[in-house]
Amino acid sequence: MTFRTSAADIARRVNSGSVGAREVTDAVLAHVDAVDGSIGAYLTVLHDLAREQADRVDRRVKNGETLPLAGVPVAVKDNMCLTGTRTTCGSKILENWIAPYTGTAVQRIIDAGGIPIGKTNLDEFAMGSSCENSALGTTRNPYDDMRVPGGSSGGSAAAAAAYEAAIGLGSDTGGSIREPAAFCNLVGFKPTYGRISRYGLIAFASSLDQIGPLTRTVEDAALAYDVMAGKDPMDSTSIDREVEPAAGALRDDLKGVRIGIVKEFVTEKLGPEIHALYQKAYADLEALGAELVDVSLPTADYGLATYYLIAPAECSSNLARFDGVRYGLRVEGTDVGQMYENTRASGFGDEVKRRILIGTYALSSGYYDAYYVKAQKARTLIGDDFKRAFAGCDLIASPAASSPAFQFDSKSDPYSMYMMDYYTIPMSLAGLPALSVPCGYVKPDDGDRPMPMGLQLAAPLFEEVRLLGAAHAYERATQHARAGAKVGA
Amino acid sequence: MAVSENVRTKYEAVIGIECHVELKTKSKMFCACPNEFGGEPNTKVCPVCLALPGSLPVPNAEAILHMVRAGLAFGAEIPTFSKFDRKNYFYPDMPKDYQISQFDMPLTQGGVVRYWLEDGTMNECRLTRIHLEEDTGKSTHAGSGDGRIAGSSHSLIDFNRAGVPLMECVSEPDIRSADEAVGYLDALKRTFVRLGVSDVKMEEGSLRCDANVSIRPVGSSEYGTKAEIKNMNSFRSVHRAIESEIARQIEVVESGGRVVQETRGWDEVAGTTHSMRSKEQAHDYRYFPDPDLVPIELDRATVDRIATELPELPLRRFERYHDEFGLTAQQATQLIDNASLADYFDAVVGASNHPQQSTNFVLGDLSRLANETGTPVYQSPVTPGDLAELIALVETATINSKIAKSLLERMWKGDGSPKAIVDSESLAQTSDSGAIEKFVDEVLSDNAKAVADYKAGKTNILGFLTGLVMKQSRGKANPALVQELLKQRLG
Amino acid sequence: MSSDKIDIRYVAKLARLALTDAEVESFGKQLGDLLQHVEALGALDTAAVPATAQVVESRNVERADDVGPCLDRETVLAQAPQRQGSFFRVPRIIAEES
Repeated sequence: MTFRTSAADIARRVNSGSVGAREVTDAVLAHVDAVDGSIGAYLTVLHDLAREQADRVDRRVKNGETLPLAGVPVAVKDNMCLTGTRTTCGSKILENWIAPYTGTAVQRIIDAGGIPIGKTNLDEFAMGSSCENSALGTTRNPYDDMRVPGGSSGGSAAAAAAYEAAIGLGSDTGGSIREPAAFCNLVGFKPTYGRISRYGLIAFASSLDQIGPLTRTVEDAALAYDVMAGKDPMDSTSIDREVEPAAGALRDDLKGVRIGIVKEFVTEKLGPEIHALYQKAYADLEALGAELVDVSLPTADYGLATYYLIAPAECSSNLARFDGVRYGLRVEGTDVGQMYENTRASGFGDEVKRRILIGTYALSSGYYDAYYVKAQKARTLIGDDFKRAFAGCDLIASPAASSPAFQFDSKSDPYSMYMMDYYTIPMSLAGLPALSVPCGYVKPDDGDRPMPMGLQLAAPLFEEVRLLGAAHAYERATQHARAGAKVGA
Repeated sequence: MAVSENVRTKYEAVIGIECHVELKTKSKMFCACPNEFGGEPNTKVCPVCLALPGSLPVPNAEAILHMVRAGLAFGAEIPTFSKFDRKNYFYPDMPKDYQISQFDMPLTQGGVVRYWLEDGTMNECRLTRIHLEEDTGKSTHAGSGDGRIAGSSHSLIDFNRAGVPLMECVSEPDIRSADEAVGYLDALKRTFVRLGVSDVKMEEGSLRCDANVSIRPVGSSEYGTKAEIKNMNSFRSVHRAIESEIARQIEVVESGGRVVQETRGWDEVAGTTHSMRSKEQAHDYRYFPDPDLVPIELDRATVDRIATELPELPLRRFERYHDEFGLTAQQATQLIDNASLADYFDAVVGASNHPQQSTNFVLGDLSRLANETGTPVYQSPVTPGDLAELIALVETATINSKIAKSLLERMWKGDGSPKAIVDSESLAQTSDSGAIEKFVDEVLSDNAKAVADYKAGKTNILGFLTGLVMKQSRGKANPALVQELLKQRLG
Repeated sequence: MSSDKIDIRYVAKLARLALTDAEVESFGKQLGDLLQHVEALGALDTAAVPATAQVVESRNVERADDVGPCLDRETVLAQAPQRQGSFFRVPRIIAEES
């Protein structure tokens, strides 16, 4: 039995009794212990919890149950609460906080037989695109340890890419699942906003945050989605709509599917090699039977500006609760106000502070209409663009990120880092389901080793099944992920 | 205060009141923790009301209905669209460091609170709005010796109250005196209690209010600079604080000074308001729509249905009791403030069709018996039907008031219907003049001295003689007839 | 759109973040740069455009008024940076802000 197989395959074997969940779990834990020192995907490895859960799964299977994720090793991004485990958000302010409850998505994974192997590294409070903003550790790209895994779900991406889990749970606010998936040659899937409960996901920007899987196959992404999606009474914004199962509806061709290519997304700007890669990807879609159509998203170019007002504004309020009163870090002061200021100054890293400051500013008296309300109106226009575009196509294809994984410390200017999410942010603002699927390799500007790239596919609201179905056809035909990372081989 | 009545009448006060009222629900506003007063500190908390990372609010449906009821009771507009906003500021007993509240689209807008004063005159105060929000935890300040925040060394926080649903009632500045302020607050309290939306227990902090007070020369229509008065923990202290603040402002103005806009705390012991530390910075609450919550839409039909389900409100009751039945304001208020007694009273009036006698019995002997025995009137064996029967016996002069009183005591003990007792014990008052004449003659012949005194001009001896006749008849004689016959005989 | 220079100290005070002088300098510059990018939104005509607060239209999501379990007090207080008995303890509070 190798744990390097897919989640679907592991679940099949555990359910059939040919291998035990405990056996899979022990093997994965041994692998993690061997390789994670050089990768740094996990902030906490849950040896005991994983084994207890594996034994529980084995008992349930023995009792005749069939579990969709029986024995499947899962890496949980450390901004999701799992009771009794340290849940840090990659921040000093929560470095030693033990969650006393489990979030809905994680609970559904556990109930479905998934094994939580550990809690993974992330950009602090999910703010970043490289994992470099974590205050608690460095995560390396399993395809090249000189490079970042992407972010903010970089730890879950690295874990899935390095076979330290079959499913990485991530959260995506402006691209935090799709970009690391692209960097680590994974399928990274952000469902429609509200499809998966946010209860237990430590908020960055409430109107944008969405949980989703990072996996080595589209089928596994569908499997994880099927388990996690659906209305949750604990989350007022979770969608009350029946979830059509995706795992059984994957397709092998794209006949009759109209795929929009965004004319404003000019891939020539990304360099000849990347341009050629995406032209090839679009051609591959066409070869599978899709009809390529030109679509226009005239306001998509305003996505970044819109996003960098709305997300910080919400974050400035969401992160107010980290005040040293009830939990987490406290740095004393002469009075409570000083204590707040000292605690937050010491507890938050620079990127988090920048976003809190810009968001506070955007909401403050005299600027609210000019910045926050303006951005909310721009958000409407961006959503309207997509509605018009989807009137003429079924899916939209684009790059997932502007470049392959970059080297550590190579983006010193915050805005150049923000640009990494140029292609993913518009979909986030519109709440659309979108994913990144491996689409080949390019040589980065600053190195010789080819690095993976991702093709982003996006669908109208609630059309997850259409999206995953098409991604599956593309994946099956192109097999770009097959090479795999060479970690611990 | 050294302000003469003379000076005082030159000024008029302008007062607006902001009232925070905890709603009566089983669970908190955004989570399932119990909404109960007290208990061991930090035991009624969960991830949501403690603002643990990752938790999310889900609004309590009953609290929203309570808001609609409260608004409708005062004729407020219930907008079809409403939403929750975040009010951002840091305070240690506010777990999220923002409060979920309502900024520009509250659940109720406008409305009028009509209230009566002790003498029965009606008055009114417009409402600006009533909006829904969540309560904070409770801080206890230690190290200052007197529990006050000033001079404290640290504070202890209990989050049991955090997240309890709270409505904020904001009035227009229509109130002109401390008496009116209390009349207005009484009306809010009575109405909320009647609606079942709140217990309004000031001693448990379930109603807290601030008053904005300013003064202006009588006849002026401009507003003066207002001071916001806090820390008033009973209606009595509201009254005292407003009186004291009006006097202070008059004194300031009369001595050539200017009232400054500030927050002032009421000191119950000193009986004065004092300036509270001015804030280090202007408030900038950065309100924005809470992205964790979805808007509320109330369709007309739902609002109309809630309106038809409202109980009779205290104001309507007052109008009925005071204007229609002719009860004094005090009697009406006494009934209204005891809703189950008022319901009982209404049942008695319904059955007897005699409001005045009903008032006399319900507020008189029955209330006395209730006080003596500790059993509320409506739980006593005296049914409204029985009491109406008793009233009918009195009204038809079947029994006299003395017998009625003793009957009532027996009914209270469970001896059954008054008519049955009267019949079985032949207690009916007799108006048979033949029988009464016989008693009168006996009394007159036995009391020759009294007769002589009467004839000599001591006419007040008549009462004594009447008593003797009544005694002779074992209380059954009609007292009016007894007197009449005595007078005839005595010439 | 306003292009006023951001008053970083005032904003930091609102956000309860202590900043060093060096941070005031560096954050001020970075946020100024970001605002420059954001000013681009000024080019969009949004006069007749409604604001989007949430992308998926939803109304009246409420829960029934039922009581559920609370957290164990020791679990709650075990995480407190400072506790005193059954209470969370904080340093002295200076200004009344509620």
